[in-house]
Amino acid sequence: MPIKTTPRNRWRNAVNDVMLSLTAVCAFLTVSALFTILGYLLYNGGKSVDLNFFTKLPLAPGQDGGGMANAIVGSATIVILASVIGLPIGFFAGIYLAEFSPKKFGFLIRYTADLLNGVPSIIIGIFAWTVVVRPFHQFSALAGSLALSLMLIPITARGTEQFLLEVPRTMREGALALGAPMWVTIMTVIVPAARKGIMTSMILGVARISGETAPLLFTALGNQFWADGLMQPTASLPAMIFTHATAPYDDWHRQAWAAGLVLLGLVFVANITARMIVSRGASLPK
Amino acid sequence: MRPFEEELKSLNGALQEMGALVAQSIHRAVMALVEKNEDYAHQVVRDEARINQCEIQIDDLATTLIVRESPVAGDMRFLVGAIKINTDLERMGDMAVGIVERAFTSLHQSDLPMEVGFTEMGNLVESMVLTSLDAFVARDAKLAQSVITSDDAIDKIRNTITRQMIDIMKKEPSMVERALDYVLIARRLERIADHATNIAEDVIFMVKGIDVRHRVTAGNPISQ
Amino acid sequence: MDPSSLQQSPTAATPQAAPIKMRASNVNFYYGKFQALHNISLDIATNKVTAMIGPSGCGKSTFLRNLNRINETLRDTRIEGEITLDGEDILDKDVTEIRRRIGMVFQRPNPFPKSIFENIIYGPKINGMLKGRNAAEIVEKSLRRAALWDEAKDKLHESAYALSGGQQQRLCIARALAVDPEVLLLDEPCSALDPIATAKIEDLLVGLKDQCTIVIVTHNMQQAARVADTTGFFLLGKLIEHDKTDVIFKNPSKRETEDYITGRFG
Repeated sequence: MPIKTTPRNRWRNAVNDVMLSLTAVCAFLTVSALFTILGYLLYNGGKSVDLNFFTKLPLAPGQDGGGMANAIVGSATIVILASVIGLPIGFFAGIYLAEFSPKKFGFLIRYTADLLNGVPSIIIGIFAWTVVVRPFHQFSALAGSLALSLMLIPITARGTEQFLLEVPRTMREGALALGAPMWVTIMTVIVPAARKGIMTSMILGVARISGETAPLLFTALGNQFWADGLMQPTASLPAMIFTHATAPYDDWHRQAWAAGLVLLGLVFVANITARMIVSRGASLPK
Repeated sequence: MRPFEEELKSLNGALQEMGALVAQSIHRAVMALVEKNEDYAHQVVRDEARINQCEIQIDDLATTLIVRESPVAGDMRFLVGAIKINTDLERMGDMAVGIVERAFTSLHQSDLPMEVGFTEMGNLVESMVLTSLDAFVARDAKLAQSVITSDDAIDKIRNTITRQMIDIMKKEPSMVERALDYVLIARRLERIADHATNIAEDVIFMVKGIDVRHRVTAGNPISQ
Repeated sequence: MDPSSLQQSPTAATPQAAPIKMRASNVNFYYGKFQALHNISLDIATNKVTAMIGPSGCGKSTFLRNLNRINETLRDTRIEGEITLDGEDILDKDVTEIRRRIGMVFQRPNPFPKSIFENIIYGPKINGMLKGRNAAEIVEKSLRRAALWDEAKDKLHESAYALSGGQQQRLCIARALAVDPEVLLLDEPCSALDPIATAKIEDLLVGLKDQCTIVIVTHNMQQAARVADTTGFFLLGKLIEHDKTDVIFKNPSKRETEDYITGRFG
């Protein structure tokens, strides 16, 4: 029988072509959104990112040459402190979820963690303000770190849990069958096997909180000068962007763009690091 | 039913057919001998080729099944038994031909005097053969055991005939050749009975998984 | 030949003329409400290979996994009855010591994501067995016992995943042997391996039984026939028959066993 192209074939091929093109267009839109933001930031902030930006304090409006050194250091302080609090708690909670939690209780914790993850960050900020700032009558880096760690904990816990569960059950049993107690098995076999995944989820979690603004406005507040210890109001890049961008001065706007660029750059670096960790060879056999 | 079971069945059928053929040859050989029936004698010689053919086919099927199925337990015992029974049946066919060869020379001569005749010995052997085949068909260990028990009677008859023939040979040298034929015929009938006994032993192995050969088992394991 | 050596009695009651290493008495086991084992009583002879066969879901693996109490690590399980090692009940003893003395090899090779060397030394390390001993010696001895030394000696510090499937399984056997277990449990150890790798492991097991008691669960009846001294047949959570391997495969006494091993099951 001769092979013919029927009208039906032609119609189906046309639909096929249209739909495939549509997916390509959407993929392009996704990528271009990112590059538009990046380009915009580079264009507006690139000019203002100089050595002064990293070394000087902010200046009053109208004065040239100020920087955001205090905000960079403040952000680093707050994020590192939040990580020191949030990562271990999230990590151990994740271990509990993956290895020990009874069925119903585990579901409850998991659900709570997911809810916490979904709470708008401004509400987390208000909460931290209520429990830390108001009793001590003091905005502080510590309060900001606590607020951010509240966001970091569920991310880390769920990430840790997920990657621990990906370690095959037989590997656990292999260690247990050699006479290892559960805790030894977890720390010497299961966690090392899931190490890359856990580290990745931690880095992405830290990257995520380092861009948060709302929780910091109520807690660390902001500071035009160097903060004097953890119990002082502390400048941070996101809060600085907020205050500078909403002020009516052109040079402050330029500084805000520069801060945005630096922040985005840091998040990118974190993301790329995480990707590299993951891609450096799968740690588990499939 | 699985193909394997079908094939076991057809192997069983082939053995039964071959058994019937061999039993018939034995019957005809005895008839050729005691009733001097020449047609039977020729038929026994002709049928031997068919029996040999059966042997080859059965061995082929059995070995194929062993290679393909790695049989265990009852299946293994049946296939191992089938191969042994097959050999026994073919040897019985050969013996029938051997008897007929000797019978040809006595077709036109009068019989030598005998205490116990070939009719009696032939009947007893035939009944052992048929019983062993029945035991195989029915997978009946008790029936098989009865075959083994009657083997002694055959041995006795053969000894009687041998002794008598030796006497004849001593007294009448002219009879030596014929007497020797009689000795050989008695020996072949006795061999047939031995093969029937082997078949009976194989049936017991198939059914019970016990090896009763060479009387190593104390007591009577069949009645257990 | 001595005629008595030809003698075989199909009713030779207990296959255990040898001393008993482990004994299960009236073991019931439950996954939640589901009863997976029904009143299992079975003796495991010292320095013999005991095989357990049966259709999927018959409880043979579940039973094996109770012998080193690894089933306890699953949620919602319960065991009744008694399991002894050298006459001592293992169910109320320290579980880590029980598992050190009763090693296990699993269905799929499960090396840790570490080097070959670290895999083997893991057991001795966590059990505090390295004091005053040379780790390299333990590794070499264990690999030799598992017939893997020649293939692995030049890549001891490479990832265990650099080995082939069959080699990985022998590595897991070496890892289990490194803590000097008295009993070695194997849960379908060859089901993921090709025939050549399978043959190597079978040879290995037969060689190992001088040093420890071996219990193997297998789907492969020929494997049981080849390596085991005694074989137990499980069906629907019950032990139907346990006898010398020869007897099981030549002349089993239970109808169910015969039906299963000749493929007429179900």
